Amino acid sequence: MSREEIIDITNKFLIEEFEVESEIIQPDADLKESLDLDSLDYVDLVVIIESNFGIKLESKDFTNVNTFDNLYDLIGSKLHAVA
Amino acid sequence: MQRRVVITGMGIYSSLGKNLSEVKDSLYHGRSGIVFAQDRKDFGYRSALTGFVERPDLTKALSRRQRISMGEESEYAYVATQEALRNAKIDEAYFDERILGLIYGNDSVSQAVMEALDIVRQKKDTTLVGSGAIFKSMNSSVTMNLSTIYRIRGINMTISAACASGSHAIGLAYLFIKQGLQDCIICGGAQETNKYAMASFDGLGVFSNREDEPTKASRPFDKDRNGLVPGGGAATIVLEEYESAIKRGAPILAEVLSYGFSSNGDHISTPNVEGPVRAMEMALQQAGLSPADIEYINAHATSTPMGDANEARALSQLFGADPIISSTKSMTGHECWMAGTSEVIYSLLMAQHGFIAPNINLEEVDEPARGLTLAKNTINQNFNVFLSNSFGFGGTNSALIVKKL
Repeated sequence: MSREEIIDITNKFLIEEFEVESEIIQPDADLKESLDLDSLDYVDLVVIIESNFGIKLESKDFTNVNTFDNLYDLIGSKLHAVA
Repeated sequence: MQRRVVITGMGIYSSLGKNLSEVKDSLYHGRSGIVFAQDRKDFGYRSALTGFVERPDLTKALSRRQRISMGEESEYAYVATQEALRNAKIDEAYFDERILGLIYGNDSVSQAVMEALDIVRQKKDTTLVGSGAIFKSMNSSVTMNLSTIYRIRGINMTISAACASGSHAIGLAYLFIKQGLQDCIICGGAQETNKYAMASFDGLGVFSNREDEPTKASRPFDKDRNGLVPGGGAATIVLEEYESAIKRGAPILAEVLSYGFSSNGDHISTPNVEGPVRAMEMALQQAGLSPADIEYINAHATSTPMGDANEARALSQLFGADPIISSTKSMTGHECWMAGTSEVIYSLLMAQHGFIAPNINLEEVDEPARGLTLAKNTINQNFNVFLSNSFGFGGTNSALIVKKL
């Protein structure tokens, strides 16, 4: 899966799940702040990533995820590892 | 000085309507909220009859974080509570100024529990049930959600007492206020209506199978009744200490005069006569009233052969033919965890508008109820003092006496 496809799919489910406008999703923007995430929301993030990409993440995987770009990277690396 | 406890607001979301005005009209016209639900039949129900309640869309009213923890019963409870607070003239600022309490009746949450466990079974990973599952799955789901939404800082608990939950919730809130421990408590009862909620209850074979005539299936006290019909929704009442309510200029709708309770100490599902009699006697004694002072009784009567017969015997023993009696479950079906509150609201709506709602489908009164004065049709009559009965599995009984002010 290309990075563009990962970005498209991820942005789509983030907009839907967290009910945000598409404009707020910028590659360098702060993920937690932009989506107004609390600790419980990361559980839901794990759920939607699993249902969209079939990969299971754990909370520790998000330790270095600060921006949307970081999230795309994380998903990409996990997908690559599975492939 | 004795603290008086008054009702300053109420809200309802049921098969009879989505607000007080719609429900009042349904009650007056004897309109049934019962339907045949094909999805129940397909699921394996013996009887696919149910009170129909539409799920509200709260997308605009509440945030995602708030909604994600709410199951069907909490959504109903939120809508009913919004109406009750509006009527009680309680706005958001009031929750910051005063310490309010919350006591709500709810005794199971089937859908959320089932859906979460299905995911775990399929995916073999508990994380994948999502963050809302635990808050939707507990019996206290309604109070944990509403207390967060309304920033409740006083008493905060769910009452699980089977089909008397909503009535005990009012009774206990009444005691908290009367004792001086709280000045204002939001109380009520909620009942989910999805096909999972009542499957095991249906399995007992106590639901009416009159599926060809849904609106005629619930017929409390009628000779040809053959079981109850489940229903649901939510009902909220704002209870307040009289002086505090007067001070803030709240509308004073009614006064809770007493709360009588008892346990049968008998069979797990079959009701008896003696337990309900003791609850009603306690309510009369606490209120300082005699049976002749009660003008209307909203019976618990669910349309089961044994339950209605034994309540009729209890009512005959205590009240004879004096008060007018009806069971609004003839229209709503049995709203279970919600019923104890909704039926106080139905009764108070009648008192406010000068009528007694009919016990519909009462064609031939069954023998044990023949000495009672049952409202077969709508009666245009003013009244002030009423008694509302609620009985539940395990023999839990609650009787509330309320006076319209």
